[in-house]
Amino acid sequence: MSNKAYITGTCIIRNNGIFHNGQLVWEAPGAELQEFLRGAYDHFSGQYPKFHKMDPLSKLGWLAAEVLLKDNPVLQLPKEAVGMMLSNRSASLDTDIRYYATVKDIASPALFVYTLPNIVMGEICIRHGFKGENTFFVSEQFDTALLSAYPTELLSTTPLQACLVAWVEVMEQDYEVIMVLVERNGQQPLDKESLDAIR
Amino acid sequence: MSDLKSQIVEQLNLQEVKPEDIGNDDPLFKTGLGLDSIDALELIVLLQQHYNIRIANPEQGPEIFHSIRTMAEFITAQQQKQQA
Repeated sequence: MSNKAYITGTCIIRNNGIFHNGQLVWEAPGAELQEFLRGAYDHFSGQYPKFHKMDPLSKLGWLAAEVLLKDNPVLQLPKEAVGMMLSNRSASLDTDIRYYATVKDIASPALFVYTLPNIVMGEICIRHGFKGENTFFVSEQFDTALLSAYPTELLSTTPLQACLVAWVEVMEQDYEVIMVLVERNGQQPLDKESLDAIR
Repeated sequence: MSDLKSQIVEQLNLQEVKPEDIGNDDPLFKTGLGLDSIDALELIVLLQQHYNIRIANPEQGPEIFHSIRTMAEFITAQQQKQQA
């Protein structure tokens, strides 16, 4: 088994634009985050009403996966063979604050269920049926060393054949998603330099 | 019942459902509107916020939240009790 992993696709969401494999595929200049997210959902997906109940963190990660995995052969792999490794700076603080505001009146169950950062991974797994290993790290910055070394290890030493690797950050109107699809074979090796170049 | 439908659509963030599309006797869970367990909790919150009604016996939940009609009948009965 090769001790390497390869980047086979990228999706970046920032500055009101969505980039798939480096190409701008959709934008909504000037839109507030919620308006941007709704517009992107209508453009790329639709027919998944649960999207509207998600918090912004889950919507961002879910959308990036939606763009990255559309018609992708990875969806045909055994569900146990697709994993995920996500990371961000603010965990679920954006939603935690809004949930805390509701506690003063009647606590919102719908907000409460999103007061953990790893829920975004659950939403992606539910959408695509993935059952592989997943992990969420909180770090001050996009740790390209960790987010290249760990997935490489996973693909080398576990049954995983593909892994979504991403930085998914949101705090109020500031947001950024850098998601890459990593597989055992490909052209562009997954390493710190590659992730630094993509970000 | 139309007010109740609008309140449910807003409370549960059902952005792709129009209140008028919800049948009075359609099941709210599973086959009908497809609500889940978190939605059930939000419906309890809705009763508290909009009607100042608390459900004393949680086992009544499935019966109360079966449909728009059963919810409306429960709300009406509770309001009559409050006024008595």
